[in-house]
Amino acid sequence: MTRATLIFAMLLAIAIPLSLLAGRVWIDLETTPNAALILAELRLPRAVLAVVIGGGLGAAGAAMQGYLRNPLADPGLFGIAPGAALGAVLAIYFGTASTVLLTGSALAGACGAMALLALIAGRTANPAHGIALFTLAGMMIASLAGALTSLAISLAPNAFAMSSIVVWLMGALTDRSWDDVTLAAPLTLAGVLVLWRAGRALDALTLGEEAARSLGVNPRALMGMMVLGTGLTVGSGVAVAGIIGFVGLIVPHLVRPLTDKRPSSLIVPSALAGALLVLVADVLCRILPLVTELRLGIALSLIGAPFFLWLLLRMRRGLT
Amino acid sequence: MMLSCESVSVQRESTLVLDQIECQLMPGDITAICGPNGAGKSTLLSALANLVTPAAGSVVLSDRDVAQMHPLTRARNIGYLPQSAEVAWDVSVRNLVSLGRLPHRDAGEAEIRQAIGLCDLEALQDRPVSTLSGGEKARALLARVLAGQPQWILADEPLAALDIAHQLAMLKVLREEADAGSGVVLVLHDLSLAMNYADRVLVLREGKLVADGTPEAALSPEVIANGWGVEAKWIGEPGSRALIY
Repeated sequence: MTRATLIFAMLLAIAIPLSLLAGRVWIDLETTPNAALILAELRLPRAVLAVVIGGGLGAAGAAMQGYLRNPLADPGLFGIAPGAALGAVLAIYFGTASTVLLTGSALAGACGAMALLALIAGRTANPAHGIALFTLAGMMIASLAGALTSLAISLAPNAFAMSSIVVWLMGALTDRSWDDVTLAAPLTLAGVLVLWRAGRALDALTLGEEAARSLGVNPRALMGMMVLGTGLTVGSGVAVAGIIGFVGLIVPHLVRPLTDKRPSSLIVPSALAGALLVLVADVLCRILPLVTELRLGIALSLIGAPFFLWLLLRMRRGLT
Repeated sequence: MMLSCESVSVQRESTLVLDQIECQLMPGDITAICGPNGAGKSTLLSALANLVTPAAGSVVLSDRDVAQMHPLTRARNIGYLPQSAEVAWDVSVRNLVSLGRLPHRDAGEAEIRQAIGLCDLEALQDRPVSTLSGGEKARALLARVLAGQPQWILADEPLAALDIAHQLAMLKVLREEADAGSGVVLVLHDLSLAMNYADRVLVLREGKLVADGTPEAALSPEVIANGWGVEAKWIGEPGSRALIY
């Protein structure tokens, strides 16, 4: 177990029980009425779901940054989460009531967006152009998926459907149950395992695609693992909680200084750190004294956007 | 293990980049691939490493078509050093060198230590790659290839960005590898380095192999005049010859 894995595992082990107690109403196990019921049916599934979704997004962000050799890569910014959202919204638009179908549609959207991005990534001849090209390509995919989602919303059959889609898209863990955990957890775990298995190939990509191939990496197999891994982690997360952005961008940057900086060393600690970030952010959303609870997706965007700007400024300083 | 090109042709869109290249490269030799810009030198090296698929012909390593080999088996036998010195993440020198063990799926501590020693990187092994000079980084990238202990070392212009001292240091390491039984194939622009340090030279022009032999034969003034369009002659003794124009 690496130092980063140990640190984030310990922090998570401390944060999970604390998060169960925190909220608009702080739970005192001895005095709060129905404390056990609230914990078992409301707080615990919410905490587990935060860990699952954050873990998936953190691992997906670390793997994407390694695969695209781009420190700005993020499942939200690069169109994977918007692709998943488009899939889910289309499922809602066409009137499916099945959670499984909605999840499948979100997974297909995420996989499709990642496959498109990977195809563009595979066609870059000059690595010096890579970061700008992938960033722009990712943002194009995100814009396209966003525009199509907006189109689906604007064509929604009624105001209630429109409102429910918009609120869902904002991303939140409010009122989630064990059913959502049961749906998302196995898919996310499978996705993290696939991304973890891709670690060696991602390490080889540190030297560029040509050198990676000379080291025995099969680019098609790696692309397949990336499409499957990010599709499962991001797609299942979006299906149960909407778009929760910037986790995959922020987390690898927090974890990287604690590792040897190889992409493979980043995936498991990024999953743990992502779980921690989403868990803590969700607790903050619950305890902030606002009229209504702050949506988790909005809260993380408020943190993530300035972080993205800081990264850009730091990279600009590095380039000049 | 001999590495051979059997009538290898490579086509990019409508252009024939390599035209029926036929050669047998021997382990224990340093073979230089020379030629003017656009002659197909890097493409030939990529074809030898199975990084481009020939339109016709095949590359054979000890009676086995490299295109049919498992990628990991091929990678264990053929180490490839690309022209690009790209290192996407700021890993330490030691971790960079350890990437050479990926095809072996082992930690390879002894091999990594040996490669670091061969390239004189002991004092730098914990340094992040971003803090290295161009020459140090080139040595670290070569050590990455050596850590895999491949039978064949293929390097695309490995000396291009180096000063004379670093060029000679890297050639010394490659000579030691060849003397130990590995095959070394280098794409070289500097004809003097090819003349003085290679055992054999292949000269390409417009995708065709126009000369193949000892440096004296393959880099004769006639070949240089036909290949590069430059009137030149060699002066000095074998091993320390200079080209004058």
